[in-house]
Amino acid sequence: MEFLNALVSLSNFMLIPALAYGSQLALGALGITLIYSILRFAHFAHGDTMALGTAAVIGGTFALQGAGVSIAPLPTALLAVPIGVVAMVLYLLAADRLVYRYYRRVRAKPMIFVMASLGVMFVTNGITRLFMGVGETRFEDGARFVFSVRDFRAFTGLSEGLALRNAQAITIVTALIVMVALFWFLNRTRAGKSMRAYSDNEDLALLSGINPERVVTITWVITGILLVLAGTLYGLDKGFRAFNYFQLLLPMFAAAILGGLGNPLGAIVGAYVVAFAEMGVTFAWRRVASYLLPDGFEPSGMVQLLPVDYKFAVTFMILVIVLLFRPTGIFKGKVL
Amino acid sequence: MTARGYILFALMALALAGVGAFQSWQLAITILNMSLISAIMALGVNMQWGYAGLFNVGIMGFTAVGGLAVVLVAQPPVPEAWAAGGLGALLGLLLGVASILAAVVVYQRLPKGRLRGLAVFAVLVVGYFITSAVFGPATQAIEAVNPASEGYLGGLGLPVVLAWPVGALFAAGVAWLVGKVSLGLRSDYLAIATLGISEIVIAVLKFEGWMSRGVNNVTGIDRPVTRPVDLQAAPWVQSLAETLGWGVGQTASVVSGLGYAGLFILVLGVLIWLSERAWNSPWGRMMRAIRDNEVSARAMGKDVKQRHLAIFVLGSAVCGLAGAMMVSMDGQLTPGSYEPLRFTFLIWVMVIVGGSGNNWGAVLGGFVIWFLWVQVEPAGRWFMELVTSGMADGSDLKAHLLGSASYMRLLTMGVALLLMLRFAPRGLIPER
Repeated sequence: MEFLNALVSLSNFMLIPALAYGSQLALGALGITLIYSILRFAHFAHGDTMALGTAAVIGGTFALQGAGVSIAPLPTALLAVPIGVVAMVLYLLAADRLVYRYYRRVRAKPMIFVMASLGVMFVTNGITRLFMGVGETRFEDGARFVFSVRDFRAFTGLSEGLALRNAQAITIVTALIVMVALFWFLNRTRAGKSMRAYSDNEDLALLSGINPERVVTITWVITGILLVLAGTLYGLDKGFRAFNYFQLLLPMFAAAILGGLGNPLGAIVGAYVVAFAEMGVTFAWRRVASYLLPDGFEPSGMVQLLPVDYKFAVTFMILVIVLLFRPTGIFKGKVL
Repeated sequence: MTARGYILFALMALALAGVGAFQSWQLAITILNMSLISAIMALGVNMQWGYAGLFNVGIMGFTAVGGLAVVLVAQPPVPEAWAAGGLGALLGLLLGVASILAAVVVYQRLPKGRLRGLAVFAVLVVGYFITSAVFGPATQAIEAVNPASEGYLGGLGLPVVLAWPVGALFAAGVAWLVGKVSLGLRSDYLAIATLGISEIVIAVLKFEGWMSRGVNNVTGIDRPVTRPVDLQAAPWVQSLAETLGWGVGQTASVVSGLGYAGLFILVLGVLIWLSERAWNSPWGRMMRAIRDNEVSARAMGKDVKQRHLAIFVLGSAVCGLAGAMMVSMDGQLTPGSYEPLRFTFLIWVMVIVGGSGNNWGAVLGGFVIWFLWVQVEPAGRWFMELVTSGMADGSDLKAHLLGSASYMRLLTMGVALLLMLRFAPRGLIPER
């Protein structure tokens, strides 16, 4: 019983939130890693593009709500995701045509691409704030819980409760579906295979008749889908604030580097490692410990390794450790 | 500097004079001072990017560390706080450093294998618990001392100008750590590592109240120039105000601002002189050789990683210096006000627009972009009023658009950066 209570408490406050957060990061990190392996630069505008995509979804959600459309118990935002995806794919392709394509043509150094992505980041940031301001917007509707703490207690009779929020369940399920679909696409379809070929050896791919502009376009389309989903799920889970999306940049990059930049499977594993490390180190273990330790040994403090404010430090430490010991990531980078 | 450079600087001076004539001289001086500080930051970034091609997106962190130095050097110490937990906090810090060093020693001494990993982990865990047992109570005790106005250890009470070189040293230390880890790897790694460290520096400033008072801000820091309030009483300021026909308050703040400007110009002048000397020296040629072709530079026997580390530390130190100067101009350290867009990415726009690889270009970029940053906001409001003039008064959309006018500056900066990068990648004053 004690052990079960400990497990439930741990799941409720750490495992489930970390799983949801990790799924959101994974979708974001996948986009970063895809861009890195095809376009060969670190996409600094990723966080802000996610924010803009989410803003588009929020706009769509409000419009749908205004028209009285609802798919309760699911949040209306899911219906609006296609709107956001279309908007963001167009936006990313426009950015590619207006900005990045020129540097591809002149074969600029990777750092110039990064610099250009900073410019795109500024513009995207400005547009997002023009629409949404800097405050927090919540757009979650429908049912809040798949099952709540009270349901769980009544069902199991345990003293600790476990709740599964709708947003968390949707996040985990969606991420799973998207990942499977992405791997199916990369491994089974012609377009996916041409992407892998292009990433592996650009010259050879050109020689075998793969159209690079087409590969690039497909990459941006997939990135658009991934980042709108990642942004929307994150927003449903934690509320939308433009600045928070910018700050996701660091954990997403850390995840992608940890898994080996350019390696999609690595990005997913990396994302969950980062998420669980962040939550685990900043989690107050007191309650869990009080169940597991024998009577009389209950900890007096919070048993929290670091305050929540330092979650970036955890990500950063992971990054440092990877850079010091395994700069190519746990899986070797650049294999799509 | 070429004729083009002189003309551009003259135009910039004219623009500032225009602000003075048509808006107010106080505003012109404020813009001038912040431009000077921005120019110094841009100079530091230009060393890293222009001389060596290193991409640092953690400028915010280095300037903030410089700002912290001002508090630690110039603020009077708080004896009660020192008595409450000063030694404990210092001992805790030492223990933390010692446990990391111990882990490094263990790592180096033991043979490779699972045992080594476990031993390092054990050392770190034990070190963590000992450190937090000493550090936690001490900092809590410090923060409990008179929390409304103090609650921190204070500084050393030394003259504030001393804090400027100390700020540079602090930033150099942080840069050394980051550079040691991430240089010599793929070039994007430095960018991501610096992005991380800058967020951490800000987090530390915000949440280590015993050191920096955190989000409660440290205000009323000693200033190197007499404050306008004290100047107002001076007879010569009053007579100057009479001659100019201005109010005493305005005259005093202009005079005080000019004092800062003099100090800043002095610092900027010395830095530019040094940078130009370095640029034209064999060392500068070596750096450019490394930047332009790392492989052949390495073939010539240059230790690329060491050279990169040196210039990264140097450039960050200059950013730290600028950060310290900024805090001592404001007279306060407000950790909440450090935003990456303003303190990291805006500086990048300055360097690119001004001309990377040219010290004068970076300085001009600092002036031009800061000027735009300040002036685009009213322009954006004007633009929004124009756009919304046809809409009905009181409509939600109109109110929303007018309210978001200030975000136009982000948009403008992004467009400026993209246009420069595309059509004039060498900047306003190109590298020679």
